[in-house]
Amino acid sequence: MEYLILFLPLIGSIISGFFGKTIGDKLSQLITCILVSISALLSLFIFFKVVSSGYEHNAIIATWINSGSLNVNWSIKVDALSAVMLVVVTLVSSLVHIYSVGYMSHDPHKPRFMSYLSLFTFAMLTLVTSDNFLQLFFGWEGVGLCSYFLIGFWYKKETANAAAIKAFIVNRVGDFGFALGIFLIFYIFGTVNYDEVFPKIPEIIDQKINFLSFEFNTIDLICLLLFIGAMGKSAQFLLHTWLPDAMEGPTPVSALIHAATMVTAGVFLVVRCSPIYEYSELALSVITVVGMTTAFFAATVALVQTDIKKIIAYSTCSQLGYMFFAAGVGAYNVAMFHLFTHAFFKALLFLGSGSVIHSFKDEQDVTKMGGVFKKLPYTYALMVVGTLALTGFPFLSGFYSKDAIIEFAYISETKFGIYAAGIGVLTAVMTSIYSWRLIFKTFHGDYKNKDLSIDTMHESPLSMMLPLMLLAVGAVFSGFLFKELFIGHDTMYNFWGESIKFVEPLGKEHPPTWFLFLTPTLVVLTIPLSYYLFVKNTKIVNEIVSINMPVYIFLQKKWYFDELYDQIFIKPSKSFGIFLWKKIDGLIIDKFGPDGISNLVKFFSFKAVKFQSGYIYQYAFIMLLGFSILLTLLIVK
Amino acid sequence: MNFPILSSLILLPTIGALFIFFVRSSNSQYQSSKYVALFITLANFFLSLYLWIIFDKSIVDFQFVEEREWISGFVNYKVGVDGISILFILLTTFITPICVITVNATIKNRLKDFLIAILILETFMIGVFCSLDLVVFYLFFEAGLIPMFLIIGIWGGERRVYSAFKFFLYTLLGSVLMLVAIISIYWITGTTDVIKLYELGIDAKYQNLLWLAFFSSFAVKTPMWPVHTWLPDAHVEAPTAGSVLLAAILLKMAGYGFIRFSLGLFPDASLYFVPLVYTLSLIAIIYTSLVALMQEDMKKLIAYSSVAHMGFVTLGIFTMTQQGIEGSIFQMISHGLVSAALFLCVGVVYDRLHTRLINRYGGLVSIMPKYAIVFMVFTLGALGLPGTSGFIGEFLVLMGAFKKNILVATIASLGVILGAAYMLWLYKRIIFGKLINEDVKKMVDLKRFEIVTLWLLVLPIIFFGFYPEPLINSIEVSVANMIDMNDLDKINKLALGD
Repeated sequence: MEYLILFLPLIGSIISGFFGKTIGDKLSQLITCILVSISALLSLFIFFKVVSSGYEHNAIIATWINSGSLNVNWSIKVDALSAVMLVVVTLVSSLVHIYSVGYMSHDPHKPRFMSYLSLFTFAMLTLVTSDNFLQLFFGWEGVGLCSYFLIGFWYKKETANAAAIKAFIVNRVGDFGFALGIFLIFYIFGTVNYDEVFPKIPEIIDQKINFLSFEFNTIDLICLLLFIGAMGKSAQFLLHTWLPDAMEGPTPVSALIHAATMVTAGVFLVVRCSPIYEYSELALSVITVVGMTTAFFAATVALVQTDIKKIIAYSTCSQLGYMFFAAGVGAYNVAMFHLFTHAFFKALLFLGSGSVIHSFKDEQDVTKMGGVFKKLPYTYALMVVGTLALTGFPFLSGFYSKDAIIEFAYISETKFGIYAAGIGVLTAVMTSIYSWRLIFKTFHGDYKNKDLSIDTMHESPLSMMLPLMLLAVGAVFSGFLFKELFIGHDTMYNFWGESIKFVEPLGKEHPPTWFLFLTPTLVVLTIPLSYYLFVKNTKIVNEIVSINMPVYIFLQKKWYFDELYDQIFIKPSKSFGIFLWKKIDGLIIDKFGPDGISNLVKFFSFKAVKFQSGYIYQYAFIMLLGFSILLTLLIVK
Repeated sequence: MNFPILSSLILLPTIGALFIFFVRSSNSQYQSSKYVALFITLANFFLSLYLWIIFDKSIVDFQFVEEREWISGFVNYKVGVDGISILFILLTTFITPICVITVNATIKNRLKDFLIAILILETFMIGVFCSLDLVVFYLFFEAGLIPMFLIIGIWGGERRVYSAFKFFLYTLLGSVLMLVAIISIYWITGTTDVIKLYELGIDAKYQNLLWLAFFSSFAVKTPMWPVHTWLPDAHVEAPTAGSVLLAAILLKMAGYGFIRFSLGLFPDASLYFVPLVYTLSLIAIIYTSLVALMQEDMKKLIAYSSVAHMGFVTLGIFTMTQQGIEGSIFQMISHGLVSAALFLCVGVVYDRLHTRLINRYGGLVSIMPKYAIVFMVFTLGALGLPGTSGFIGEFLVLMGAFKKNILVATIASLGVILGAAYMLWLYKRIIFGKLINEDVKKMVDLKRFEIVTLWLLVLPIIFFGFYPEPLINSIEVSVANMIDMNDLDKINKLALGD
């Protein structure tokens, strides 16, 4: 069964990729959708098996690399952690597959698109079911590749191509750290298999290692290096720049890859490696700080963006920050819980925005929308559900997971826990404001689009609405239903079993009651506030903006990260490349090397030629000269 | 003595060349000569495949050894293979028929002579990989220069003469020193037989100078920084088949030489010079990647990327660890396939538009989708994506390097980021974007023979990416033996003070 889950999407991808032209658009859509759906059903089955009987299994498919002491297998490891990921990945993926049938109905390259989606699903599954770091890395780069393909899907758009390359290369920067982490693990333990590495961690607690002339604790270093990889993939602060640009891709892609699955791989990595991270206080602190910085930073930027997808993209970035600081304070299970619920409501929001974009004929600017909630009632309702879930409105999924993160941060005894809780509350308020801003700007107020008449607005086809509805069900109920299983004080150890390690059990005390009520109250209050600000009295917002113009521009320019990186990395690399090529290769090496030698030879041979002038008096003179020198030498001696 | 399979491998292409030379072709286009060449090279490929199958991977010793007296008491013709050399022979016999298939499109005049040059070159290259006598090795190694020199000089582009001489000058200069070193070895030990030399060992006091002499020759051929500048010029001017052979096989002779002779004969000196090799390799990886990033000529870009990839190879060999050396060998095989494929890809569009300038292209995916797919696979192979053969080599090399020197491994890993940058940017500029140039719009997609040759390269690149066992398995014992025999690990530990 595990084999089927893993390979059905691959088969679908191959069929639709290579034979898409022969079998036609309809059939390739049908085949990929069905195969991924079967995979999703089987994943659900496995998940329930894990829940009910604590099922665990590690299927070895084949040997991959066997070099000296390095032995790596292709494997399918199923435990609680990977079962959760299997469900998230295949479920969202199958819904996105179905949605894409409607969304891409006007695109000429449907089979190619479906093939990429399925291929992505396969790569993501190999990532989550790996039993070693190398296969993890394979999936890791594999999803990066599919993301590259899908962001650049509309290859004629120059911006899409640039965004695709940017995504791949920024991720490679993260992978650089990740790969070094793997090398270090192999160096220390002589193996890269989880089952052999994790038990040995406690043995090396005090081991130190010299890295780039700094003295590190070995475990700290492993954790930090792996975390660099996680930062790249999960678009955390400093390596986040690719995610907003990635919105150039078709919207289903954003929902699947850049919201629900691939970007959460970093969180998955940290949770999977909890047996290592538990022993590194430094790394956990770093994760907490990076997580909370990202949560805050991305939320501030999201406040002022006008592209509907970029707002949601920054929101994703921010929510990933939440997951990281949850892991940072040691509440890995809560991080996974938020990952789980987030997959539903964020995919819902993205696909909903896709439906809006579809209706507006590819318009993405929220300032060119407005007043269409009556024309798009279902989309509107579903987007509101998604927003409520995201902002943590009481009893929807986000409420359980996000508030749990803030609470655990509050009660944790780590250095940054309390700060993280504070940032968490603040960010939750901002999240609520920007999310409602999006809803109100898109659906309320006056209709502002000049190119399309409001009468042309119509709902999207059923194939697009159905996945939205299913996701909405998830967004509403997934928190309530799975709360006990994922984060219940007693039940959760039972469920997670060996897959997450807690050196010390999580604290059971509760934060003060006022704190428990703080976030939900604030979040609920922001709804009327946002309505007032963005619909009723928009002058206030404009005034705030005009007073704080520099801040506004700073946020609008996304804290100037793109410009900064361009100045310190890209431009110098290019000009240095030119310098090495033209000056060092061309002027120095060639001039003194081959060209120099051949010129030298030429020079001397010209001189030698001059000797053979053919004039007897010259020859006679030289003979005389030589003879006299010889004679002198003999006499002197 | 059994059937002399290695000598047959070496001689078969020459016999083919003689046949083509003496027998008149039925028409003026020499089509039948081409079929003869194809037949001969394919036969050679299957012969080497057979050799690989009957080769016993669990034995340390050289196998299929043949020895004949040649210059009595001085040099014997001695050939044999171990797990390492057999892979290079396979690579040679695999790439050569592919080159023969492509000649029609690229070679417009004197096809017959060109085929003869390729066949002779194959003889020499196989000779290099299985000779077990220093003099025999030297002869094959240097003789390989001549056909290549002619290929560039006769069938090359506009600046072919300059490039050919640059190529010749560089490589010859290094070789002279190697010849002197071989003569000295004879005077020191009284033999040039490699197996005997392995047993005897060479006194440590001579090793450093001898190592340097060999190094100067191999470094040029690899090529290592700073003696790499002949490569971009040679590639740019060479016809497609020439570039393919040069990148896929000729560069590998040096890497093979490093393992077989530098490590095998001079282990102490190799250890002594590790910092030098590390430094040059790192410079090669970073420096040429940056240079590759800014190239405007497709062939030059790929040529510079070859230098960077070979930087990984030299780095891996001198880590002297099982992973490092195996990674290097794997990287050489993989680079042989990938770079051959990339040069063929350049050849495909060059034949249609007659320019190698990147900015003349763009948007090819709309008119050449089949081309776009295969080119993508090769691009991914070149940037070392997991699941392609490029990944395995690079990753093993870096793993090995990390064991020995963390700083070196870290810097080398940066090259992986740059590799992604220049390859993807190249791909984007050629394949994606809008179709702008009028003449580009008229280009046609891959013809049948191009599909065949390119897919023949796609398959092993992906297959060995997912299942590298057959290759690694074949070198495992030989590499382990190389490390054991010379106590490379022990020497390392002493040096590190463990």
